[in-house]
Amino acid sequence: MLNFTIRRLLLSIPTLLFISLVIFMLLQLAPGDPMAQVPLTVPPEVKQKMREALGLGAPVHIQYIKWLQQFFIVEMQVLIDHLTANSFLFGWLPDTQFSMTTDAVTGTLVEKQRVISWQTRSPVMDIVIQRMPQTLWVVGLSYVVGILIAIPIGIYSAYRHYSMFDQAGTFVTMVGFSIPPFFTGPLLIVIFSVSLGWLPSIYDTTHVVTDWQSFKVQFMQMIMPVMVLALQTTAQISRYMRSAMLDNLNQDYVRTARAKGLKESVVVMVHVLRNSMIPVVTVIALGMPAIFGGAIITENVFKVNGIGQLLLTALFANDLPMVMTLTFIFAILIVLFNLIADILYGVLDPRIRYD
Amino acid sequence: MTEQAIPASPIEADLEVYGALKDKEPSKPPRSQWRDVWDQFRKHKGAVWGGGFLLFITLAVLLGPYLWTIEPTKLDIRNKNWRPIYTLIWDSGAVAGWAHPFGTDQLGRDILAQMIYGGRVSMAVGWSAMILALLIGTAVGVSAGYFKRADFILMRLTDLFLSLPILPLVLLAVTLFRQPLTKAFGSPEAGMFVLIVSVIALTSWMQTARIVRGDILALKEREFILAARSIGSTSGKIIRRHLLPNVVSPIMVSATLGLATAIITESALSFLGVGFPSDFPTWGKLLSDAVDRMQEYPERVLLPGILISLTVLSVNYLGDGLRDALDPRIRGR
Repeated sequence: MLNFTIRRLLLSIPTLLFISLVIFMLLQLAPGDPMAQVPLTVPPEVKQKMREALGLGAPVHIQYIKWLQQFFIVEMQVLIDHLTANSFLFGWLPDTQFSMTTDAVTGTLVEKQRVISWQTRSPVMDIVIQRMPQTLWVVGLSYVVGILIAIPIGIYSAYRHYSMFDQAGTFVTMVGFSIPPFFTGPLLIVIFSVSLGWLPSIYDTTHVVTDWQSFKVQFMQMIMPVMVLALQTTAQISRYMRSAMLDNLNQDYVRTARAKGLKESVVVMVHVLRNSMIPVVTVIALGMPAIFGGAIITENVFKVNGIGQLLLTALFANDLPMVMTLTFIFAILIVLFNLIADILYGVLDPRIRYD
Repeated sequence: MTEQAIPASPIEADLEVYGALKDKEPSKPPRSQWRDVWDQFRKHKGAVWGGGFLLFITLAVLLGPYLWTIEPTKLDIRNKNWRPIYTLIWDSGAVAGWAHPFGTDQLGRDILAQMIYGGRVSMAVGWSAMILALLIGTAVGVSAGYFKRADFILMRLTDLFLSLPILPLVLLAVTLFRQPLTKAFGSPEAGMFVLIVSVIALTSWMQTARIVRGDILALKEREFILAARSIGSTSGKIIRRHLLPNVVSPIMVSATLGLATAIITESALSFLGVGFPSDFPTWGKLLSDAVDRMQEYPERVLLPGILISLTVLSVNYLGDGLRDALDPRIRGR
């Protein structure tokens, strides 16, 4: 198992490299010119020099390798420095200065060149790190909430196939799955913010939780974005859960388990559930890109200041460094979750032999 | 009642005598598989309703323009901001009437006509993208699950596609290839249609592929495949006769999910403002245009939103019914 895990981990490196190449090449084809906003009065030879300074004149493979180096080495060094200097977890370690380099002219320590956003003229990673927690909180919470609701619904619906609960549960999850987030979002805002006035319609990211009162405010403003996203997850996962449970409940091993006198709870919750989790684990992991996609829409509707919203604005503003970094961060997160799903798949189903 | 008790023929009279020993088999005429499937399908009320509604919507968007002949893009600024006809029930002073049963928007365009045309686009995109994605997904899933040598490469490819952040990629591709495809197909609508369908299909086949592969991997180890192989069936035959019929039900489930996802993705693109051209109505665009004025005219958000949701809901119910009907283990219970 350990062997398999390590092999999968190593395999994800070429995957990530290839994805980065795909993203890089796609964006190379983008029609938008980064120099388009430079005033027309700037002479062409000056423009050419600016182009070279930006590295746009270099061959594509050089640009790619430079970007990789920037992303994986320099930004990592900056992150390590940041962690050892300020963070709660690693702050006790001696402060490192990996990202510092000696200036050739003055001989003083200066920071290495970072990836700069064309929109804000500040390092991309700084903005991403500012925006990341909001997205991860909303997405993560909605996923956890969704799974916690979905699995019991799926199990019980399948166990009492065609019962009242099954019909109602299937109906509710179907409705939840069918209503797109860009419809539920405005609908909830009109009902709960405008008509009833219970919940705030805009997610205030500057809000800091210090005591019980401010926690309540945070809780109130998270309800709507989290529920809109969780609705989709719940619907999808409980559908698969029910489907998988139904497939397994009629298998011979279930009859055998019952015949040898096992308690019904053991039969369903241990034997059937474990086998039914195999496809569901895959679906849970595979739902990750969709949930991040849904986050883009939800963040747009509720004005959450997260990376989904950042990506959208960067895309419309033709801010290529930002778009590249964000798409790649999404890809890293997704590869990570696929890896976890693969490993769980192997743990849950020994029939599938990885040899 | 009494007539049935009288034996119809001497043979039957004999059988009555030896009734305890001999069954009157076959008591029922033999039934075809599809008849059974249909009977089980009919038991699922939601599926029947879903199928009916899907048929209704499809017919409505296909035949609608011939029955409701107002152009969806025709501006009629004098008759702008009509309310739907049903507002007259509680508000007799409302500007509404049978000339525009669903009302008009802020430029006086008829909402019913826009809905019909928008539905055409959404349904066409949904169906084409779903079928394309299903073909790719099943082919990849079956080959990866069955042929060990292809498994590694195909699954790396699937992983790669799964790891691509889909919505950003779709947004990017739509902005990237809008111009060249518009030129190639002559009109922005046709170019956009091909672009959206292919982009949705290329980014949504992986779920089907992985689920099919997972099922094929488990099925391949079962005894009936061993039996089929031991009597000398070729790989093609094993796949067609033994494996594909067993994975029809997951394919059906993912087909319905696929159609639903395709319709929602298309609407989401329109909602984010990167879909079809701005004067071309789709359900998602109607919804997103109306969000700003939702408090005054909630029906303009509700009507397209409800239509999208109802269509997707009926598709999902249809799939659920098909799933039960196609599974011989559930059928007849």
